[in-house]
Amino acid sequence: MKKTYEIEVDCANCANKMEGAANKTPGVQKAVVNYMAQKMVVEFDEGADPKAVMPEVLKNCKKVEDDCEIYL
Amino acid sequence: MTKKQKKMLRRILIAAALMIVLHFAVELLGEHVQEPIWFLLYLIPYWIVGNDILKKAWKGIRNGQVFDENFLMAVATIGAIAIALISRSGDYTEAIAVMLFYQVGELFQSYAVGKSRKNIGALMDIRPDYANIERDGALERVDPDEVSVGTVIVVQPGEKVPIDGTVIEGVSALDTSALTGESVPRTVHENDDVVSGCINLSGVLKLRTTKEFGESTAAKILDLVENATSRKAKSENFISRFARYYTPIVCYCALALAVLPPVVRLLGGSAANWGDWIYRALTFLVISCPCALVISIPLSFFAGIGGASHEGILVKGSNYLEALSKTKVVAFDKTGTMTHGVFEVNGIHHSSMENDRLLELAAHAEIASSHPIARSIQKAYLEGLTWQDDGEIAPKPADLASRKLDRSRVTELEELGGHGIVAKIDDRTVALGNAKLMEQLGVPYIDCHHVGTIVHMAIDGAYAGHILISDVVKPTAKEAIRALHDAGVARTVMLTGDAQKVGEAVASQLGIDEARCELLPADKVSAVEELLRAKPEKSVLAFVGDGINDAPVLARADVGIAMGALGADAAIEAADVVLMDDDPKKIPLAIRIAKKCMRIVYENIWFAIGVKVLCLILGAFGIASMWLAIFADVGVMVIAVLNAIRALFTKHLHA
Repeated sequence: MKKTYEIEVDCANCANKMEGAANKTPGVQKAVVNYMAQKMVVEFDEGADPKAVMPEVLKNCKKVEDDCEIYL
Repeated sequence: MTKKQKKMLRRILIAAALMIVLHFAVELLGEHVQEPIWFLLYLIPYWIVGNDILKKAWKGIRNGQVFDENFLMAVATIGAIAIALISRSGDYTEAIAVMLFYQVGELFQSYAVGKSRKNIGALMDIRPDYANIERDGALERVDPDEVSVGTVIVVQPGEKVPIDGTVIEGVSALDTSALTGESVPRTVHENDDVVSGCINLSGVLKLRTTKEFGESTAAKILDLVENATSRKAKSENFISRFARYYTPIVCYCALALAVLPPVVRLLGGSAANWGDWIYRALTFLVISCPCALVISIPLSFFAGIGGASHEGILVKGSNYLEALSKTKVVAFDKTGTMTHGVFEVNGIHHSSMENDRLLELAAHAEIASSHPIARSIQKAYLEGLTWQDDGEIAPKPADLASRKLDRSRVTELEELGGHGIVAKIDDRTVALGNAKLMEQLGVPYIDCHHVGTIVHMAIDGAYAGHILISDVVKPTAKEAIRALHDAGVARTVMLTGDAQKVGEAVASQLGIDEARCELLPADKVSAVEELLRAKPEKSVLAFVGDGINDAPVLARADVGIAMGALGADAAIEAADVVLMDDDPKKIPLAIRIAKKCMRIVYENIWFAIGVKVLCLILGAFGIASMWLAIFADVGVMVIAVLNAIRALFTKHLHA
């Protein structure tokens, strides 16, 4: 399953870091952060519940980039 | 500017003002005030401008994220303050200035990106805000999302068509330029299909919607453009990887620079000069932020894709823009791509009377026939010719309204199977058919050097000329091929299901290098595969088709370009690059835009890396101060961002 989320992130390198953090979150197959469009496209593992995974993704992103936001 | 940016700007200005005031205060009162006071006073602007960086750095350390730019800036500036304090030089301005300029850079970056996002958004201003629905005689504005299929909506002059639909009432001119880049308005009548995103220019239109908003052209295109940069190009991935290694490497170098030379000097018996070497190491840290690179590359792609969409060229991903720039082989479908794909009368030659009069007799002779050729002759008479010989649009005849087919004028109609028709029209004997018919009648005829179906005519036993019915090449096709070659394409190949003679004629007329004819749809795939094997390494093969029955070929080519896709969903799905209108000149334009964008990308990569490496070297030898380092860092970013925005401009790329 693939879902797109609106995000807010200030610098391009921070977006790269968010992408890395999101990809390391369990339940995420592949995450792509589009800095220019301020969007994150997340492909979930089969059977993973986005509602359970996304808060974890946000938590991990906050760890690497304090100033970011994902609108769930 | 956003609220956040304004706040940042205020902080920068206050800190800068305080720093200048303090600087003059030290000059005037330096001797009267004791040292720790100056230090504490200088901490005020430092804290004002840098507190968020310091906080973020602290959080980063706690979260195990050591090498982020906040940490680096914090270490560099605190280090610089510490050196000033220990060496009693009193030069705290440097640390504050570094922080200040770093923040200026960040502010500029966020402003420039926000601005260009808005600019590109404005270029693609096709998102409709509302739809008008008529209820009890009054118009009501509703969210386009809420309009179901089959609803009647009203589009007033000046408004955007919100949802794809069919005209049920009204005539108007539509501005399609936001979708296609084409500036000539398109006139629509009842029963015409209208796509969303066009602007209604003149009359009120009533449309019956044929799609939901989300499935409509405007929504699909916006979605496509916005998500295009999610498909990252190779050079983009390279930069992400580079950034991941660059920062740690520079940090370790900085550490080595701070420790190794002094230790070596101590061992050698001379003074260690700790302060000097640590200062050089801190300069390294300032240069270690990869921001300029990391921001300018996606921005260049975003601008390039935005500029292309403004021309009616939709590129589905940065990776395709990159591939497009390396295109060396272009294969085309013929029908619908290089030609209009419609069989029509497009020439009347050697006519013994007025062309229109000849057409009138021919149309009447064919009055009982429903053969495609008969139909195209009748259409030519009733509606005028669409295209002239040269592919240009033909002018409409003045008496068009009074033209009609009158059965009573036709007598003694006789159909000669496989040859043609002989009929009496207004007491004149008209014979209409192929060369065999002329031979049978013993009428000497003139052959046509054009390719297509030739209908000869004899009137009262004398040759009266012939009518050419063929698929017409687009007027810009020849120019497009030349422009492709100019843009660095080495080989152009036309793939067609048509007969050898027709295919070769079109190819040579247009200057296409090679024609492969009599191909079935499956043969086109294998022809493309063969071309893929034969192409030079690292070059790219693009296939251009109209997307109607060549989806497998579009998918097989390195870059699949679909043409005339306005309203054709299948083509938008199958292709990597979508040309909204059917002008072949958009193909070289797309390649040029891609090339320009990639040139900017590489300029930025080499420029940013080059300046950074230069500063690192100068810093290591103690020539570059921290001032220079931060200027280089911010300056490179500003220049790279401005350069990236250049990718947006496409006007001068038209051939």
